[in-house]
Amino acid sequence: MPRLQARARLGPGEAVSDPERRGFLATAAAALAGVVIAPGIRLIEIAGARAPEEAASARVRWGMLIDTAKCASGCTECVKACNEENGLHGAGRPRTDAQWIRKIDLKDPRTGRQHSAPVMCQHCAEPPCVDVCPTGASFKRADGIVLVDKHTCIGCRYCVMACPYKARSFIHENLSEQKPAVPRGKGTVEGCTLCVHKVDRGDGTTACAQACKAAGHEAIVFGDLNDPQSAVSRRLREIPSIHLRADLRLDTGVRYSGI
Amino acid sequence: MATVIHRELQAAGWRFWGPLLAIGAVIAAGFAAFVHMETQGHWVTGMDNQIVWGLPHVFAVFLIVAASGALNVASVASVFGRVAYKPLAPLSALAAIALLAGGLAILVADLGRPDRLVVAMTHFNFKSIFALNMFLYNGFFALVAVYLWFMMERRMNAWSGAAGLAAFVWRIVLTTGTGSIFGFLAAREAYDSALLGPAFVVYSLAYGTAAFLVVLDLSWRWAGRAAHAETLARIGRLLAIFTAASLYMTAAFHLAKLYVTRSHGVEDFLLASGGVYPVLFWLGQVGLGGALPLALLYSRRTGGTRAGVIGAAVLVILGGLAQMYVTIIGAQAWSQPIFPGWQEQSSFFDGEVHPYAPSGWELLLGLGGVALAAALIATGLKALPLLPDEPCTASSSPQPTSPPARPR
Amino acid sequence: MISRVAIALLFVLAAGLSLAYARAPRPVIVIERPGQCVEATEVMRRDHMTLLLHQRDRTMREGIRTRPHSLAGCVECHASAKTGSVLGEQGFCESCHRYASVKLDCFECHASKPGRVSARAKP
Repeated sequence: MPRLQARARLGPGEAVSDPERRGFLATAAAALAGVVIAPGIRLIEIAGARAPEEAASARVRWGMLIDTAKCASGCTECVKACNEENGLHGAGRPRTDAQWIRKIDLKDPRTGRQHSAPVMCQHCAEPPCVDVCPTGASFKRADGIVLVDKHTCIGCRYCVMACPYKARSFIHENLSEQKPAVPRGKGTVEGCTLCVHKVDRGDGTTACAQACKAAGHEAIVFGDLNDPQSAVSRRLREIPSIHLRADLRLDTGVRYSGI
Repeated sequence: MATVIHRELQAAGWRFWGPLLAIGAVIAAGFAAFVHMETQGHWVTGMDNQIVWGLPHVFAVFLIVAASGALNVASVASVFGRVAYKPLAPLSALAAIALLAGGLAILVADLGRPDRLVVAMTHFNFKSIFALNMFLYNGFFALVAVYLWFMMERRMNAWSGAAGLAAFVWRIVLTTGTGSIFGFLAAREAYDSALLGPAFVVYSLAYGTAAFLVVLDLSWRWAGRAAHAETLARIGRLLAIFTAASLYMTAAFHLAKLYVTRSHGVEDFLLASGGVYPVLFWLGQVGLGGALPLALLYSRRTGGTRAGVIGAAVLVILGGLAQMYVTIIGAQAWSQPIFPGWQEQSSFFDGEVHPYAPSGWELLLGLGGVALAAALIATGLKALPLLPDEPCTASSSPQPTSPPARPR
Repeated sequence: MISRVAIALLFVLAAGLSLAYARAPRPVIVIERPGQCVEATEVMRRDHMTLLLHQRDRTMREGIRTRPHSLAGCVECHASAKTGSVLGEQGFCESCHRYASVKLDCFECHASKPGRVSARAKP
């Protein structure tokens, strides 16, 4: 597999540090794939390493599996990593500060059984935020990532009203020191982007999943739900999982197991 | 039908400029609040990431709903052929336009990016009720303006019935749309009901009629004319029917919710245990806004009097604001279950009742919208001959013209 | 009639005054990293906003982050050595936008200083 060759040459330590080389490798992988793969075989295998000038496509659907059995109560590594990656430094006002991912502690009121799980934008196939957005600023990318186009967001907050997962935050004050890859600003709405800038770069993971792995839990598995060979798809075949608020039938891209 | 002469508002000098100056001061305060909120960001308000729609939206939605209802008097004249209401139809149309403009101004001023209003007018997602409403609101302005013109221009009088019918149908759709903004939010337990569209239509009949009564009474007083008790009593009877119908819709909505086990929690919150919300519901919406006005309007002592009718109208308006507060803010205060059946706790306040304390800025913005509506009505009254000189000269009992105005 | 004349006069006066006193300072254009821009100077002066807009939608909606017309690319090259930013009185973007009196709201959300290169580099 050309993708494996490309990956094999990348040491884990240099994963993010050398974007130029990564870009080159990704392109090389894509080019190789074009040569090696026989006509008729879809390029789905190299989806994670799509060429830089190739648009995100519906052949891929990014998603995650969150295994609550592995998620440690009290651990907030994923939250910290998300804040760091996306430059979310609050104004010290918890009720108005943005939270893209949060840990929810759960308790069964009858049995006292406890769980802990991170909750973020569920990247629905049928996102209510996209349905209600008057200007079309809330949108779903071809590869299933739900985003806000802040250039056309007017800040009406209808999407916040519509989201079943409280995944959206409104920016309540002027911001500065944003990350170059993560533009954010006052008066618009935002939420988890599934680390879209990392996905486009070909990282094949998100900040939260990386941090969870680094903390030794591996409770978050990221990957292509359309690729039966991806880690996330394989895991989803092995263990039972649910969609949050499955009654709404939004076909979320994030699934939970262990609850 | 006897010819009724309509005149511009005759008040001049301080009698005219005094009230206008007061209205202007409130508008200025509202504008200052708007500028402050937009330069600082919304953190200066009581709204946050849990209660994203606050007091400004209570005022805005109330005004928008009342706007469509303010057209009632005109519709009763043009569509249902009650000739006695005809002299008041132009003022009714003006009130409708003004109230809608006031409500929309608040909504726009509260946007995170009001500078992008042009984006909202050029980018449409037609699955969004908001986007559809933008067409409905603008269409309402246009239709009612045409209707007003047809009523006031003798040569176009023949067409005013058709314009009136079109405006009437449009306003029903519009208010259904306004209610559906909330009703279609399946994720919120307090909403998720198709009944909210029709309920808002019925509420609008009551709120709009009440608002019109207050506008009418104030206009007469401003013009230095005695209130025409018979007219007030007649519109008061309409208000009584609409208020009763509103109570019915409220009962139907909550009983339907109460039947379904999964909404017991939120209904208990809104109707019994939720602190300020049950108080506003029972005391505000049902008591002051429903039962008391009905008592005033049907009582033999107060029913036909100016004090009784206008008192009832003011109470219906206050009840309407209470209803909007419960419907808009109460629904958000109740937390959304993400893991139904589990107790939730998080840094993002999952599983908790969300507190809300409106800021002065929000109140000023809301009042500014009301004042803007008042200013538009005042300007209209001064510039156009809208106030009937002899209100309701037709025979004392309302009777249909023959034949009832037929749309053409 | 008189009032119309008066208003016209006022306009003329205002225009004259603004020319005399309110002349905006000329923009400061310092090219600190000389070399070839992604397009010819004339094209950039006239059409940078169109290029940026086009790139913006491709990046936003399709995830195509190739370099030539990205805003991050502009910032990387044109940030001032002194302030590290394209904003400020001497900033490459702001000084010209001030002169031309064109609202510049890109940097309410976007970083005005070059950061760690996070977009994928042009191959």
